[in-house]
Amino acid sequence: MKKFAGERLSSEEMKEVTHEEWAPAVKYAWSCGEAMSRFLNELKKGKLIGRKCHKCKRVIFPPKMFCEFCFRPTDEWVYLPDTGTVMTYSLSYLDKDARRIEEPILVGVIAIDGASEHMGIMHYFSEMDPDDLDFGLKVKAVWKPEKEREGSVTDIKYFKPLEGEK
Amino acid sequence: MRHVACIGAGMTMFSRRLKETGKEMCFEAARMALDEAGLELSDIDTVVCGSAPDAFDGIHMKGENLLDGCGGAKKPYMRVFTGGGTGVLAPIAGWWHVASGVSDVCMVICEEKMSSCFPHPQSAFAHIWDPILERPLQPNLVWIFAMEMNRYMQVHNISKEDIALVSVKNKGNALDHPSAQLAAKITVDDVLNSEVMAWPVQRLDISPPSDGAAALIFAAEDKVGPITDNPVWVEGVGWCIDSTMWTNRDLYFPQYVARAAKMAYRMAGIHNPFKEIDVAEPYDPFDYKELHHMEGLLLCKKGEAATLTKEGVTQRDGDLPTCPSGGLLGVGNPIAATMGVKACEIYWQLAGKAEKRQVADARTGVCQAWGDLMQYSSVMVMRS
Repeated sequence: MKKFAGERLSSEEMKEVTHEEWAPAVKYAWSCGEAMSRFLNELKKGKLIGRKCHKCKRVIFPPKMFCEFCFRPTDEWVYLPDTGTVMTYSLSYLDKDARRIEEPILVGVIAIDGASEHMGIMHYFSEMDPDDLDFGLKVKAVWKPEKEREGSVTDIKYFKPLEGEK
Repeated sequence: MRHVACIGAGMTMFSRRLKETGKEMCFEAARMALDEAGLELSDIDTVVCGSAPDAFDGIHMKGENLLDGCGGAKKPYMRVFTGGGTGVLAPIAGWWHVASGVSDVCMVICEEKMSSCFPHPQSAFAHIWDPILERPLQPNLVWIFAMEMNRYMQVHNISKEDIALVSVKNKGNALDHPSAQLAAKITVDDVLNSEVMAWPVQRLDISPPSDGAAALIFAAEDKVGPITDNPVWVEGVGWCIDSTMWTNRDLYFPQYVARAAKMAYRMAGIHNPFKEIDVAEPYDPFDYKELHHMEGLLLCKKGEAATLTKEGVTQRDGDLPTCPSGGLLGVGNPIAATMGVKACEIYWQLAGKAEKRQVADARTGVCQAWGDLMQYSSVMVMRS
């Protein structure tokens, strides 16, 4: 009886063994739905928007048309400032395909001012020394010029330190 | 509800790339488990398959594709999938097949073949991210772990040195595991000097992508007698998931792990996990995750896991050995198939079959898996 069976292959050996290859050629398009469509269309105007639940009083950001805790429809749209607080961050030397990059991508979670506690989004940071990126740092969105915005989270180029703060 | 025993386990080598297909790996793991239990496929009346994202293999309906290798053809068969959490949810599904009375003997097979996706399975991980909020930012999956690790370190003032001790321990423990992919005797300095991937995550903080399969066999109490005089009993199970909106919670403590653990401990009648658990296999795809999960599993107070590690408490000969298998960090991380170093390892430990990895006097053990988008946990308590 075989225990812990298996034959290891290196990437070079993989090219030599009998194998098949296939590259999928598919594309996807997602309808963004009610909450996200409004959110993205507001980004195009340079604005952040959330939804308020009148039962638990939370300001939900990014917005949802339903409150997942009260399990009822949310009640109203609420505009929020484009400032927030760094909740956590990373300096990434990997791109999306795990390729190595020289200059780190500064990325983190920003809790948006005026939304309920820990209501944040992931985004980039720039216009700062990486050493100054820290927990609790107050930051402000830097937007693409209006003509270049297309209704995407990338309409915000990145967040930078809020002037006058640390 | 019937009492359920674990009566046999098996696993393949874990490797960056295996020559065997997914089906062949499943067969090898299942055959080893059947041989250990002294059973044939005809003794198995239900089969559960666990496998994580289809995107790695590039095969949809992967459960169906793996069916023959799992021994599931012409039997009641199902696949479960909760990302990295599959490695303990699949055995939980095996338990419920038997506990419910639906099945007398259930075999659980977990498989992952990440190497089929090239040049790197990271590109397939992109399918995990929210298509509207996150994908346009071109994220790498390591980012979220880096952000969670950073937040955990900041809240409890834990150093990289203290976290690196987990990697040193687990890769060292893996030297005694026949399946190990990355077993090594390394130092804290090796971890701290390894390549920075996404600060604070460095190369040696992280487990490798792997190919592998694992199997476990569960039997009802009245069927165990003729099969084995050395059963290991499933005493408690728990699972819990939090929102996919990981940017909407504080990452320093995994509340969903604690909820899953409380569910399992309540069923097992465990009131003081630190005192009552003899051996633990918390999910360790990154070194900080072992600490994060020890706290989530209520094996210590919040922020104390690093201190226990530094004091040697979590070594194989310590008061609370964690990842005696070598874990994902040392043996490898074939997502769902990590059942081999979690549920299978706790079974082998409690059955006294862990050979060179054996922890002395282990009677009660807990294993845990974690996954989806940093939101899911499954927990199983076993007793011999």
